Amino acid sequence: MRTDNLIDALVADRASPQPPPGRALALWLAPAVAAAGLLMLVTLGIRPDIGAAAADWRFPLKILIMTATLATGLWLVWVAAHPTGRPALAALAAAPLLLIGGMAAEVIAVPPGDWATRAIGTNALSCLLSIPAFSAVPLAAALSALRSAAPASPTAAGALAGLAAGGIGGALYGLHCFDDSPLFVAIWYPVAIAMVTAAGALIGRRVLRW
Amino acid sequence: MHDREAEWTGLMRAALGGDDQAYRRLLRSLAAALRASVGSFASRTGLAAGDVEDVVQETLLAIHLKRATWRDGEPVGAWARAIARNKSIDALRRRGRHMHVPVDAFAETLAAPEPESHVSARDIERCLAALPEGQRAAVRAVSVDQMSLADAARKLAITEGALRVALHRGLKSLARRAAGEAT
Repeated sequence: MRTDNLIDALVADRASPQPPPGRALALWLAPAVAAAGLLMLVTLGIRPDIGAAAADWRFPLKILIMTATLATGLWLVWVAAHPTGRPALAALAAAPLLLIGGMAAEVIAVPPGDWATRAIGTNALSCLLSIPAFSAVPLAAALSALRSAAPASPTAAGALAGLAAGGIGGALYGLHCFDDSPLFVAIWYPVAIAMVTAAGALIGRRVLRW
Repeated sequence: MHDREAEWTGLMRAALGGDDQAYRRLLRSLAAALRASVGSFASRTGLAAGDVEDVVQETLLAIHLKRATWRDGEPVGAWARAIARNKSIDALRRRGRHMHVPVDAFAETLAAPEPESHVSARDIERCLAALPEGQRAAVRAVSVDQMSLADAARKLAITEGALRVALHRGLKSLARRAAGEAT
């Protein structure tokens, strides 16, 4: 086909283009987070001792780390969605740095005999199952929104969407789970979030091609 | 190059506002510039010269379908070249060559060749042949057969609205097929 003829077809195609990715993300994500929140409330529910938990430094730190994860993911995915975007991957260090800070504080505050117990916790399996479950709808929503984008790397964009969704799932699960020790958070939450990130990458690789 | 950027921005804004003449001029101008960039990329990475026009066409198609991703104020050239880089890398993969391509490898090429708007290529033609009947007919009528929307609709015995839908779906299918072959 001659390029000039192709151009004729493009000019004739007056169908409206998809909305800009930023708007698409905003439209899709809010309801998805609400749905995930609802799922959490209906299945596990917010922990009854949330008042007491909030008074200890560990619980707010846990939520802060999850918020940092989802914020980093969202920012980087927004950058990655653009053809010229080069996500500043150094930003991925933010949440881990907070976590390392928390771990340091914990091992100072708590005798070595308790470290293993706190690290293993009581809810590891629930954590590994629930976080992906709560992340699923936000991930689907983010990937749907990204279909109107033009990411230089569909795999990377999918992975970053998975990271953001994992952060959302982690924050929601964190509102229920009693295991606040940074030692527990450092082991189990990253495993769960890594699974969601990997799922985002694998799915994104296919559905985000353009 | 700054003259071109200013011109392209003006054309892009007009095009997004519904000016078809501006859009045609923009696409032709971008095609010429991208032909130079992709050509230079091809000679450096071993992509065959014969594949350059395929990449240019796939880039134009992507530019069209993803025009909403252009942010007003952003240089059109840089945005278009980023899309061309993507399609060039896809073409390399399709032909079995995997290379790390630094972003700078797609810098603006100063030498612009003749516009050559009539250059022909095969990949899109091949993808077109594989489309569902209605989409293929719509795209073919408007492109290869050079018909207006009204004439094409009459020829295919469908409403103009139906033709527009078929054309749009056809272009999206073409892009999907071309991208699908890349992995």
